[in-house]
Amino acid sequence: MILVWLILILMGGGLLAFMLGQWNKSLPRWIALFTLFAGFLGLLSLWIEQYRFTNTWLVNYKTEWIPSFGITFHLAIDGLSLILLTLTFFIGILSILSSWSDIRDRVGFYHFNLLWILAGISGVFMAMDLFLFYFFWEVMLIPMYFLIGIWGSENRVYAAYKFFIFTQASGLLMLLAILGLYFIHGNNTGTFTYNYFELLGTVIPEGTANWLIAGFLIAFIVKLPLIPFHSWLPDAHSEAPTAGSLILAALLLKTGAYGIMRFALPLFPQAAINFAPWLMLLGVLGIIYGAILAYAQTDLKRLVAYTSVSHMGFVVVGIFAFSELALQGVVMQLITHAISTGALFVIAGILKERLHTRDISAMGGFWQQMPKLGVLSMVFTMASLGLPGLGNFIAELLILLGAFRSNLWITIFATAGLVFSAIYSLRIMQKVFFGPKAGSAPISDLNWRELSILTSLTIVIIWLGVYPQPVIHTAKPMVKYIENIFSGDASAVKNNKLLYQMKTAEQPNKKETYVSK
Amino acid sequence: MDNLLWLIPALPLVGAMLLILIGNLLPKTYVAIIGVGSITISAIVVLLTGYSFLSSPPEGGQLTQTLWVWFEVANFKPEITLYLDSLSLVFIFVITFIGALIHIYSAGFMAEDKDYSRFFACMNLFVFSMLILVLADNLLLLYLGWEGVGLCSYLLIGFWHESHANGYAARKAFIITRIGDTAMAIGLFILFYQFGTLSINGILQSAPNLWPVGSAIATATALLLLAGGAGKSAQLPLQTWLPDAMAGPSPVSALIHAATMVTAGVYLIARMHVIFELSPAAQMTVAVIGAATLFIAGFSALTQHDIKRVLAYSTISQIGYMFLALGVGAYSAAIFHFMIHAFFKALLFLAAGAVIEALHHEHSMFRMGGLKDKLPVVFWTFLIGCASLAALPLISSGFYSKDQILWYSWAAEGGDAILWVLALSGAFITAAYTTRMMILTFWGESKTEIGHKPGKLMTIPLVVLAFFALFAGFIELPHNFGHFTLFSDLLHPVLPETRLGESETNEWIFQLVAATVTLGGISLAYYFYYKQPQRLSNLRSSGAFNRIYDFWLSGWGFDKIYDTLIVKPVVYLANINRRDIIDQIYNAITSGTTALYRLLSFTQSGSLRWYVMGLIVGAILILTIQIML
Repeated sequence: MILVWLILILMGGGLLAFMLGQWNKSLPRWIALFTLFAGFLGLLSLWIEQYRFTNTWLVNYKTEWIPSFGITFHLAIDGLSLILLTLTFFIGILSILSSWSDIRDRVGFYHFNLLWILAGISGVFMAMDLFLFYFFWEVMLIPMYFLIGIWGSENRVYAAYKFFIFTQASGLLMLLAILGLYFIHGNNTGTFTYNYFELLGTVIPEGTANWLIAGFLIAFIVKLPLIPFHSWLPDAHSEAPTAGSLILAALLLKTGAYGIMRFALPLFPQAAINFAPWLMLLGVLGIIYGAILAYAQTDLKRLVAYTSVSHMGFVVVGIFAFSELALQGVVMQLITHAISTGALFVIAGILKERLHTRDISAMGGFWQQMPKLGVLSMVFTMASLGLPGLGNFIAELLILLGAFRSNLWITIFATAGLVFSAIYSLRIMQKVFFGPKAGSAPISDLNWRELSILTSLTIVIIWLGVYPQPVIHTAKPMVKYIENIFSGDASAVKNNKLLYQMKTAEQPNKKETYVSK
Repeated sequence: MDNLLWLIPALPLVGAMLLILIGNLLPKTYVAIIGVGSITISAIVVLLTGYSFLSSPPEGGQLTQTLWVWFEVANFKPEITLYLDSLSLVFIFVITFIGALIHIYSAGFMAEDKDYSRFFACMNLFVFSMLILVLADNLLLLYLGWEGVGLCSYLLIGFWHESHANGYAARKAFIITRIGDTAMAIGLFILFYQFGTLSINGILQSAPNLWPVGSAIATATALLLLAGGAGKSAQLPLQTWLPDAMAGPSPVSALIHAATMVTAGVYLIARMHVIFELSPAAQMTVAVIGAATLFIAGFSALTQHDIKRVLAYSTISQIGYMFLALGVGAYSAAIFHFMIHAFFKALLFLAAGAVIEALHHEHSMFRMGGLKDKLPVVFWTFLIGCASLAALPLISSGFYSKDQILWYSWAAEGGDAILWVLALSGAFITAAYTTRMMILTFWGESKTEIGHKPGKLMTIPLVVLAFFALFAGFIELPHNFGHFTLFSDLLHPVLPETRLGESETNEWIFQLVAATVTLGGISLAYYFYYKQPQRLSNLRSSGAFNRIYDFWLSGWGFDKIYDTLIVKPVVYLANINRRDIIDQIYNAITSGTTALYRLLSFTQSGSLRWYVMGLIVGAILILTIQIML
């Protein structure tokens, strides 16, 4: 039931914030904060409780929804989902804090949107029914559209439309692919179902499988984003309010990578192998192209947005290397990119709140007046260029190490991306914090709220850099599972299915099952 | 003592963390106590560890201490493990001992600076990273230290960040070394896939069994590691960052860009010598790079105006000697020269810093002069440093360390006459530019009034370093006189003995030639800069001479070539694509659609005549088509 609660409290909290926001402006903030804290603590205790087990599936909840179409309300989490959910709530808390004083207009509706985006994201990480998955996929989209369109900066309407059209159009292609899979499976077996575990191992002719995986992949790589589908991202990121950029960069992009790992690869293994070299190529092009674009930007948020394109290129390279090392690197990269890029967006927001501009040519020499922000920014720019000791290094190292065997030249070019990341990262520090002081107005250093946001992110990024084992341990069953699919072990798909059925059958009377017990 | 190993890097780390977190709140005295204290205690722990290591050598000549497992994925399990053998012992001794002296000096040198605590935080962090680099038991942990020192170098070169030039120098240093680091990372990937581990001992033990001598993969790996080393150690073709790195405060130049970090490449190659020995081609490349670098950098040092840039080019050149020694298989000679060089070059930088500070931040040697009597302590210590750098025969340590390399560059198995000639001309130039620097700075008439003189905090480290720069050479005497081999015996368990070539060579002749060449270089500079300065001005009026002079002054035009061939094109491409061509394609689709709908909506004018007209034209068209068909 905890899984349903996670979504219910977010949606309920959102509604409550919306309603009470009519009366009191600060109440929605507290409601949202409280809601997210409760969820975060729940997830942490679940993680600690489950840590010693090595089972694939940790919690499972299933009930009928629309039986006549074979649609179920089926939520389940494994280690990967648990990690990403915890990340969602953690970033959620920080996003509320980051817009604490910034948003004064329609506070209730703002927090409603924020919480519903998070509910959609949480749902995406838990849904094990493709129809439900698609539902949550859309739930994250619409509130984000409002968030950008209402509370964004000057060019917000353009950015919101662009974001909506890119994601909606690609999402519809995924819906087509889901329906295709549904009917093929139904015709093969006679049971028409959207259940992920039933659909695993469906026998699909290779040509059709290529088309179906393309439908899924297009939705996921637009979200990720992979070039040449990245161009919604700089606009959406730079126009969105700070909390919006934070959620976009830290969470929304991750749903794309999650979708590939959870659905695209296990459902269509052979087709994934067919596509792998091309996607790896696009990934490495994205690493370098994104970095060069980032270097040329003068808008701080746009600059950081393009670094996301570059970092997400590593994710694609890692996923399609199909090795345990690279996949662990991908999981790490999802988290560390969320932390480091999220932090850079928070920093951009902090600067914008003080200067009312995002233009780095109007900045410079801020270290003298803002040493605290300077030190913390240094940490995250270093994280972003992959300095050992910080989490991003482990992520990129594992990806490159894992990809090295499967594709030598792609890995070499991806490694060269590390030089480019140094160039754009150092440019941020130089333009904002070093050099002669820009402007004469005094600027205040961080307040306690801002300091606590950035400090908590710093602690996490250092922790992941010096002892990432908890994350690696938790993601291991899922990563192993994917690796087994592609290491020629054809029975892996079926095994996971059986494993799942056995575990859930043990306690048939309870709707909620702690699979591990 | 072995369980205290972790304390050696931990102390500077704690110092750095304290200063980052609360340094701004503390008065300068406390900052200095934390910053200097952490390194000094660490140095004492090193001395204790070294004593117990030497008096009761551990089993196998090595100590290891595993702190925790960094992470474990599949069969990849790097640990945070410290590893001490005699090679790392030499390095940690130099790092902490010279580091402590430089920290003491800095407490005086930086006393007036407003960012006192930031300075010590970075310096402590640097010492931590450098210690991790040389104590790492596996290459991944080494890489952590390797990148960490790069970060601190970046932070300290750009320490006075108000000036754009300093920031540029800092980024240049970081990015150029990162190019080398990236190549090295690829080298690590190959090593991991070949050996299934990144543990240094594991690799070194199984490499000879797995790779035949001269195999392509050994050469590729060795060259990739060499690229990393060349970047950090400012060797050709990645040497251009070091002269600009002099933008940092002088103690930084002394610690990072002379004594420790820039010799990381020497450490890496010495540590991984087994890989290099499996590839004669790569080993030859090391020697050639070293010889070429020492030659090229020497000429550049001869023409610089800025005293620190002379020392920077001199450092590049001296590290060239170390690479040359490594390349011909004279490992312990390279490490010996590293240690001696650390003493005298740190001394020279610190003394130069004292001069610069006394002269109100004047860097140009042509506006110095006449300081012999005004700054006696600085003068005498600088003189000793110069003697050692120029390798003044018999009385300076530099002679003993460099003489070995000169001899081996011919006589060792990998040696060659051409290498020897290059090294010898390097020795000649070294003597010349050292004398030139000495004369311009301390003799002649005074051109700038001195401000305040260096205090005790600054002079004591100078005197201590001068002592070592003079006498440290005597722990290793040549084979033909004395034959005292304390240092190479110490390193022998880790580094193989130098194999001599087949032809018989007489060491005496080599020493005589080297000594003569050194004295020749000194006399040349003495003649042109002291006896007959007029001659030089006459020479400088000729065009050809000036062109060569400027060519050397600019570091043989490397900066210009890189700028034209790489930097400018990339920046240009990045800037013209600022609006992202892919995005423009999407925008073109949007505007195309918009134009089309505008065109169609234009027909909806609401005017009846147009609609009737449209109907008629349409009808005629359809009828015509029907008739035609």
